[in-house]
Amino acid sequence: MTIQFNDETFRDDYSFKNSDWAIKRFPFPFHEDSYMYSVNMEQHRGGPDGSIYEKRFDVDEHYVSEMRDRAMVLADDPLRCQSLPHMTLAGWDLLELIMVSKSEDYPDLFELHRNGDKWRWVNKPMGIDDSFTFLDEATLPYGPMEYITRQTQGDFCVLDQRDDNLWMDAGMITTQADWSLDFDIGMNFFEWHAPVPLAHEKGIFVRALKFLLSIQQGAPARRLNWTMTVNPLLDTSPENYHKWGIQKTSVTPENIGAKQHLRVELQTFFRLPRSNALVFPIRCYLCCFDDLMSVPKWGRRLHRVIRDLPEELATYKGFIDNRPMMLDYLSAFDDGQPTSMGIWPDRDTEPPLKT
Amino acid sequence: MSKFTFPESIRSRPVYGTLEPRAGAAHLLIADAHGAEAILDVATPDMMAKAHIIYIPKGEPFEDKLRALKPAQFYSGPTYAAAEQRIHKAFADAKMGLQLYLSGTEGVIGQAQHAAMQAGIPHTAIQTEHRGSTARRMQCVHCKGITEDVDVDPFQCAHCGLHLFVRDHYSRRLAAYQGVCIDAEDPGNVPPSKGIYE
Amino acid sequence: MSGAEKIAVTVTDIVPLNDLVTRFEFKRTDGGLLPTFSGGAHTVVEMRDTSNGGDITRMNPYSLMSDPMDQSAYTISVRRDDEGRGGSLFMHNNVKVGDQMVVSNPVNLFSLDLLAKKHLFLAGGIGITPFLAQIKQLERFNGNWELHYACRNAALGSYVDELTDHYPNATHVYYDDNDQRIDLVNLLDGQPLGTHIYVCGPKGMIDWVRKTAAGEGWPRESIHYEEFLAPQSGKPFEVKLAVSNIVIQVGEQESLLEAIERAGVDAPYLCRGGACGQCETQVIDYTGNFIHRDHWLDDAEHASGDKIMPCVSRFEGKVLVLDR
Repeated sequence: MTIQFNDETFRDDYSFKNSDWAIKRFPFPFHEDSYMYSVNMEQHRGGPDGSIYEKRFDVDEHYVSEMRDRAMVLADDPLRCQSLPHMTLAGWDLLELIMVSKSEDYPDLFELHRNGDKWRWVNKPMGIDDSFTFLDEATLPYGPMEYITRQTQGDFCVLDQRDDNLWMDAGMITTQADWSLDFDIGMNFFEWHAPVPLAHEKGIFVRALKFLLSIQQGAPARRLNWTMTVNPLLDTSPENYHKWGIQKTSVTPENIGAKQHLRVELQTFFRLPRSNALVFPIRCYLCCFDDLMSVPKWGRRLHRVIRDLPEELATYKGFIDNRPMMLDYLSAFDDGQPTSMGIWPDRDTEPPLKT
Repeated sequence: MSKFTFPESIRSRPVYGTLEPRAGAAHLLIADAHGAEAILDVATPDMMAKAHIIYIPKGEPFEDKLRALKPAQFYSGPTYAAAEQRIHKAFADAKMGLQLYLSGTEGVIGQAQHAAMQAGIPHTAIQTEHRGSTARRMQCVHCKGITEDVDVDPFQCAHCGLHLFVRDHYSRRLAAYQGVCIDAEDPGNVPPSKGIYE
Repeated sequence: MSGAEKIAVTVTDIVPLNDLVTRFEFKRTDGGLLPTFSGGAHTVVEMRDTSNGGDITRMNPYSLMSDPMDQSAYTISVRRDDEGRGGSLFMHNNVKVGDQMVVSNPVNLFSLDLLAKKHLFLAGGIGITPFLAQIKQLERFNGNWELHYACRNAALGSYVDELTDHYPNATHVYYDDNDQRIDLVNLLDGQPLGTHIYVCGPKGMIDWVRKTAAGEGWPRESIHYEEFLAPQSGKPFEVKLAVSNIVIQVGEQESLLEAIERAGVDAPYLCRGGACGQCETQVIDYTGNFIHRDHWLDDAEHASGDKIMPCVSRFEGKVLVLDR
C-alpha cells in the first residue's frame, strides 16, 4: 500500500493522531491480563501482513512528521546524537543495514544504487537524493549514524561488544522514555539499566545480556516495552523534564481519554557485521486511551494490567499519581469477560463490551 | 574519620575498594585531602622507587608524610584543575604495565579515572579507595552544568538555579552523578534539604 | 542452531600451502554476495561425509582469513590433524573444487577491541588465520598494529612470505627450528598505554602470554585470546534427552552435540569449540564420569556434575540424562 503521511505535531498544539489503520496495527504490548518483566525476546523475522513486525524497519504515517520533530530536537540540543570515536565503523554498518532494508522493503519510497563504494540514496518521502562514498565520512553532511537516523523513525542505541558486555557508545536519542544519552553514553548494559526497579533482582538483565551477546548476523531479535505519556510528546527527555513534567498534572477525568497515551517501544536487535557491534533500535508508538478503547480486548486488558501493576513499576514509569484517574476511566471498559491470549486485537472473535 | 561505608545502591554507582600494591612497570598515585592516608597505607619502598604521586591537599596536613615515602616523583597542587595538565602528561608518557591508584573524594577519583580511561586504561583495571568528604560532583541534567561538592539533597544548580534531587545514577564519562529537577510537576514545592546520607 | 540461515556455497579454489595446511575458497552457490564480517570471525563449515557407506555430518569452525570487505568469496585455511576425528582429513582428502557445501553466517568471538590505541598480534602456527582478516580490516582504516608470528620453520610458515612482503615493518617471524623465540617480556615492556594483545595459537602459548602479561601488570581486559578445541573421539556412550524424551547413542567419532543434532533435537551453539558457552546443558542425572574439555565452565562447575558442554566434552558411565 502507499502510505499517506500525516502532517502533524508532537509538541505545542499536539496535532498528532492515529488513523484507523494505525490503531489497528498498534503494538499493544500485553499478551495477557497482567504484566511483569521478562526477557520476552523473539526472532525479528517478519510478522503478519501490515503489522509493525512485517518489515525490518517499520515506516508508517507518522514518518515525515516524526523526522521533522527529530530535526527540531537536534537543533535545540545536538547532544542527543553522539558517537564515541571508535564507533564510526558501526555507524556505517547501521547506515548500510537501514538503506539496504528500506530499499528492499519499501521500493516505492526508498532507492539505493550501489556501484562499488559509490552509493546513491533516494528517500522520496523526505525529498532526499544524495550520492556519497561508502566509508568516507567527508562525503556525507553528518556522521553515518546521524545521517541515516535523521531519516529513520525510532531511537537508536549502538552498542559496542567487548569484555562480555555491551557498551552504549553511540546513539540517536530524541524519543526516549526519560533517559539521557549524554549522561549514559559509555555505560555498560547493567549500568544504563541501573535505575530500573525489580528487574535486577529477578536476574532479568543477566539473562537478557547473555541472549543479546549471542545475537548473530542475519538473525535479529525483538521485544516490546511500554510506558505512559501525557500528550503525544515524543521527546520525553530528562533534559527537558522541567518543562514537560508539569503536563502530567493537566490530566482531568474529562480529557484523560484524549490526553493519556500508552507509549509502546518496539525494541529490535541486529548484529552489525563489519564492527561486530549491536544496534538496538527503539521505535516508539503512541496511542491515546480513547483510541485503544475502540478494541474491546485491549480495553478489558489494559484496565486489569494497570490495576494490578506493582507500585514500584507505576512509580518508575511515572504514572503513580495519575493511576487512580486512569482506573476510573478504564474500569468502564472492563465488563469482566475473559480475553484471548496474545497481543493482537482479535476484533472478529472478541465479544463487544457489555453495557 | 576518613572512612565511610556507603549504603548499597544501584549498579551504576561506583564502588570503592581498598588500595593494594600490584606488580607493574610504574605506579601513578593521585589523591586529594584524606586520600593521602590510603597512599600511606599502600606504599611500599619497591613501589615508591617507581612511583609518581600527585596530591591535592585541600588544607589537610599529609604532604610531608607523603614526601617522606620518597616517591620517584612528587607533586602537590592546589586544585584538580591546576593538576590536570600534569596528569594528562603523566598518562601521555605512560606505558603498559602502569598501575594506577586513586584515593580521596569521589570528585577527584572520578575525574582522574576519566582521564585514565581516555588514555586507554580500562576502568576496571584502576584501583580506587574513597577517603574523606562524601560530597558529590553533580551534573544538572537540564543545563549540563557541574556543581562541585554537593552534600545536601535537594540542592540548587550552581549554573541554572533549578532545584535538583540527587540520584545515585553515575556517569564515568562526566565523573558526576545526575541531578534532576525536583519540582517539575509541582513548581515551587521544594522540600527542605538534608544531608545526602541522612 | 540458534538463528540465522546457513549459506549454500561452492568450493571454487583449493590451494595446498605446505605439508600441513590447505586453503579453501567458497563462493555462494546462488551467485550472490556473502555477508561482510569483522576480522577475527569464524564460520562453521558443515562436512557431510558419505564415504564408506556412512553418513556423518561434522561441523568445524574455521577462522575467516579473507578481506572482511570482500563479499565475493570466503577463504579458510585448514591444518591437517592426523590424530583428530577426521574433519580436517575430510577437507584435505575428500573436498574437491566444484563441491557444494554449507557454511554458517560469520560469528565473531575474537573481535578487535576498537578502543585499542595499538593492536599487538601474537600468532602460533595455524593461529595466524584470524589475524590475516584483522590486518586487512585495520589496514583499511589505518590502524596501528604489529604481528609476532611463531612457526616451526620456513617450509611450514603459512603466509609468511605474503606478510613480510606486504608489511615488512610490522611483521616479525620466529622459526622454532632455528631456535628463534618471541622475547615476550622485552616486547611487552614499553608498549604505549592502550595497547591490546591478541593471541591465537596452541594452549601453551596462550597460557604463557596471559601469564607473562599479567605479571608485567597488564590489565585482563587488554588481553584477548582464541583457542578452539576440536572435539576428540572417545568411547561410545548413551544419553537420555529428557525434554525430547529420547535416548541417543554417541558414537566413537562424533561429539555429543553432533549426536544431539543427528537425533533432530535443536541445540544452540556458536563456536563448537568449548569457548562461547552457548551449548551449555544442564545434567539431570548421571552415574559415571564426565570428561570435561571446555574452557567455558570453571573447575567448580566441572566438579559439580550439574553442567556439560556437549560440543567438546564426553561421558563415560552408565546413565546420563540431559535437559534437552
